[in-house]
Amino acid sequence: MSLEKFLNTAVSSWMSQEGPDSDIVLSSRIRLARNIEDFQFPTVFTNEEAQEIVDLFEKTFAYKSYVPFGKFELLKMNELQPIEKRVLVEKHLISPHLAEDCAFGACLLSENEEVSIMINEEDHIRIQCLFPGLQLTEALDVANQLDDWIETHVNYAFDEKRGYLTSCPTNVGTGMRASVMMHLPALVLTQQMNRIIPAINQLGLVVRGTYGEGSEALGNIFQISNQITLGKSEEDIVEDLKSVVQQLIAQERMAREALVKTSNIQLEDRIFRSYGILTNSRIIESKEAAQCLSDVRLGIDLGYIRNVSRSILNELMILMQPGFLQQYAGGALRPSERDVRRATLIRERLKMEERKYQEMEGDEE
Amino acid sequence: MICQECKQRPATLHFTKIINGEKTEVHLCEHCAQERGEMLMFSENAGFSINNLLAGLLNLESPLKEAKTSAFQGPEILQCERCKMTYHQFTKVGRFGCSDCYHTFSRHLQPILRRLHSGNATHAGKIPKRIGGAIHIRKQIEKLKQKLQDLIVREEFEKAANVRDEIRSLESRLMEYGEGGL
Ligand SMILES: [Zn+2]
Ligand SMILES: [Zn+2]
Repeated sequence: MSLEKFLNTAVSSWMSQEGPDSDIVLSSRIRLARNIEDFQFPTVFTNEEAQEIVDLFEKTFAYKSYVPFGKFELLKMNELQPIEKRVLVEKHLISPHLAEDCAFGACLLSENEEVSIMINEEDHIRIQCLFPGLQLTEALDVANQLDDWIETHVNYAFDEKRGYLTSCPTNVGTGMRASVMMHLPALVLTQQMNRIIPAINQLGLVVRGTYGEGSEALGNIFQISNQITLGKSEEDIVEDLKSVVQQLIAQERMAREALVKTSNIQLEDRIFRSYGILTNSRIIESKEAAQCLSDVRLGIDLGYIRNVSRSILNELMILMQPGFLQQYAGGALRPSERDVRRATLIRERLKMEERKYQEMEGDEE
Repeated sequence: MICQECKQRPATLHFTKIINGEKTEVHLCEHCAQERGEMLMFSENAGFSINNLLAGLLNLESPLKEAKTSAFQGPEILQCERCKMTYHQFTKVGRFGCSDCYHTFSRHLQPILRRLHSGNATHAGKIPKRIGGAIHIRKQIEKLKQKLQDLIVREEFEKAANVRDEIRSLESRLMEYGEGGL
């Protein structure tokens, strides 16, 4: 498969499109957890119950159009190959839990991949909307519409006092998890994250890096989400998260300015060294690749690098993961082979950018 | 111990995950954990931190409870009639078996929910359109009753009469939902 063709099928809209503040906020996501009153929760439900739920979704929602998402496709986990499932996980369309552990798991996927509805995960239904940039309110709006659409066909497990009833008491109430992915290289470089994370935690929000917590995050990408789902409305939760995100954006921009002022040449050197590694290396582990991609992205945002598109970080962070590398290779790869593949993929992808910008300059003459 | 993913390097990271109520130990080397970490990063169930938090909370609860029940003599077994999950099982797994569990365990739930949700234990968000019909009406009535009080205090009796009529018509609609409302 050619790289162009692979990218066409692999890249979802939220990876390649820009949204508000997308120099710092990579994506916004809303997830709503729902259960159907007539069935026991997935923790204990019988295989018959699980099958009935999948059938219900297949009959009622699959292959139906819902404006503006187009038709929804139903993917059953037990009919997918391991690599196919892994790719869906790496694209954030399904959770690792659904892919690995849910025998009767399924997923309703919209044509544009902005919406995925996981079935029989920890809860019967998990509606997920993923948007580029800072668009939490927009994502909530869409999630609510889908929620109402589903509710016209099923009885939700709901209690006046406790709200939407979920398998896990950490989700009860709104059943909503709102989250944003932020690229915060300057706050990491200036060693401010260690101070900021506890302050954010105090506000009832969770900050995650690669290993679930801590300030060392792969590619300087942090996920910030609400912890509380009970006692606050969806809108208030989103507003509170948004205001923290906006403060973080302001701080990151300030830190970037300070970096440029105080250590311009060191910063430029670091950025172009990383660019050099990505365009030349033959073996690269994901940790190093993520760090270099973060540097290059910062270089694009600050105007040091002009001939590479901004979405390169979002895109390659996803595509350099093992599932995608193996799909691109067309078969299973050992970890050491993946590192070679990863280096090749990144080199080829950056060469595509070079060609694209050369053509654009050619047109201008 | 050897990493269960690559079966080459020694496993240095260990965590527990819960699948369908069963605990599974996961042992990974740093390299494989990193690759998994990438997948976990975006997933809602970036499970372990929240699971551990919850387990800690529930275990905090149980010694207290046991002390109390033993004082009463004879351990009362709290079990959900519908899904047969016991409260003890719930504290081990951290997941409910069905929506009735919330009712069955409600007495124990209040402090747990408060601690998980910064002191909150009552829903303040969306109400489902269809099954929530009665709830919507009841909330509306509450609001109107408040308004009625304010109008009476301000001696705006004409407006108050209108609001009272509105409340009456909502109450008659509520009757159609049956005795229990929901
Ligand atoms: Zn390993
Ligand atoms: Zn139950």
